[in-house]
Amino acid sequence: MANPRKIYLDNNSTTPCDPRVVEAMLPYFYEVPGNAASRNHPFGWAAEEAVSVAREQIADLIGVEEKEIIFTSGATEADNLALKGVFEMYKRKGNHIITVKTEHKAVLDSCAKIEKMGGEVTYLDVDRKGRLNLEELEAAIKDTTILVSVMWANNETGTIQDMKAIGDICEKHGVLFMSDATQAVGKIKTHPKEVGVHLMAFTGHKMYGPKGVGVLFVNRKKPRVKVTAQIDGGGHERGMRSGTLNVPAIVGMGKAAAIAKAEMEQDAARVSKLRDKLEKELSANLEEVYLNGDIDNRMPHVTNLSFKHVEGEGLMMTFNENIAVSSGSACTSASLEPSYVLIALGLGDDLAHSSIRFSLGRFTTEEEVDLAIAALTKGVSHMRDLSPIWEMYKEGIDLDAVEWSEH
Amino acid sequence: MAYSNQLLDHFKNPRNVGTLDKENKNVGTGLVGAPECGDVMRLQIQVSDEGVIEDAKFKTFGCGSAIASSSLATEWLKGKSVEDALKIDNMAIVEELALPPVKIHCSVLAEDAIKSAIKDYKEKNA
Ligand SMILES: Cc1ncc(COP(=O)(O)O)c(C=O)c1O
Repeated sequence: MANPRKIYLDNNSTTPCDPRVVEAMLPYFYEVPGNAASRNHPFGWAAEEAVSVAREQIADLIGVEEKEIIFTSGATEADNLALKGVFEMYKRKGNHIITVKTEHKAVLDSCAKIEKMGGEVTYLDVDRKGRLNLEELEAAIKDTTILVSVMWANNETGTIQDMKAIGDICEKHGVLFMSDATQAVGKIKTHPKEVGVHLMAFTGHKMYGPKGVGVLFVNRKKPRVKVTAQIDGGGHERGMRSGTLNVPAIVGMGKAAAIAKAEMEQDAARVSKLRDKLEKELSANLEEVYLNGDIDNRMPHVTNLSFKHVEGEGLMMTFNENIAVSSGSACTSASLEPSYVLIALGLGDDLAHSSIRFSLGRFTTEEEVDLAIAALTKGVSHMRDLSPIWEMYKEGIDLDAVEWSEH
Repeated sequence: MAYSNQLLDHFKNPRNVGTLDKENKNVGTGLVGAPECGDVMRLQIQVSDEGVIEDAKFKTFGCGSAIASSSLATEWLKGKSVEDALKIDNMAIVEELALPPVKIHCSVLAEDAIKSAIKDYKEKNA
């Protein structure tokens, strides 16, 4: 391709740090070097003040109190703290947790650990669009249930769950509701208190902030929620998460939250138009393109498409020197299994292998989307010219009736 | 994941892509792999009356390594006798393309495709 500029359509993996965020962070490396826990000199006060401003900015973005923000190293840690912390804290009440098969590994693997520690976990199925069934959720709640954990928006498909309806069910049965909102915060409105979420995990680096900082929101009143610390030490963050605060990163996440609050709506409107264009043009240019996820309830910047009879990693290799996307193909994972999220939606392995996730972002331009459309169209056509199963499909052979030599 | 130049070259300029007439008595076709597994290779050879592979073609659904492995296989097959072709070992493909460990199965699949194409040719001419 003529354009040497690299095009980044993988914002669900991580977002670039907004230059305004970087600028806000810089003084906190050298000029304001203090430890926010140093209570007896101005260096510490300045750091503490900066953290307090960031806490306010973040609390403001999600409509909660500052005291309800617990800083962590990221969403993985926040998920771990919420799940394991609730499991430990509420042991006497019960040991049962309900979650969903399409959750991020940070949730699923925490749940697996909890099962080893004597907990019981129910993993709910999702429908073809990636949404859970509310009746199944309600039926799964029992006396020993302490927590329901449902992600706000899925990282692979962008599917948004019916948070309010889930919150209402949890409220009715008196169980805590936690959400991994990593992919939603800063991009769509995520006010936990409006939907009955009591614990919410998210991270700086998916909202144009820095990596290595995240938040667990913990509801303080009605109900007063507590989690057992998973990292012990100096008792920072009201005893829930010890460790010297990462002041520059926290300042950055605060700034990112302030920018998101101001610009989220216009970003979403602009980016969803580009996303729709990408989707429409690829579907018009190419046959056998399938949308994975929920077209009515999804993040504005994400589309996940399967290009039938083309393998995702091979396809990416046709353009990945210039364009970054990701795929649910097995070949992109260490396990050699295709995406468990797409499989949970009921896609066949073949469509999962053929999937590409495009996640646009604040810095995506229309020109970049046009280049991506051209590259994808060319890449898919090329890969189909190479594909024996595309040829067979075109000859009218029923691929399901072929006896494949599994290996 | 950084791939070797050889692999990238075969991926970007695949040799011998195409289809031979599978009804032809001199053509042997091997179809291995499965769509659910993420790779399917179809490798075809056309054998002269003297038992020499005059032409080889492939089509592959799969990742870059699978495509490069089958492209390389067709290149190696051309001009070989059927008996010599049977000696092509997947590890030679691994070495030539510098396949990373997770991609070794692509070379195994290519070897399977060669064997399967030869088997088909032999059965037709038994
Ligand atoms: C839904 C979800 N949860 C958790 C994480 C982990 O976040 P972090 O990298 O901040 O630990 C991610 C990002 O990969 C994610 O998409």
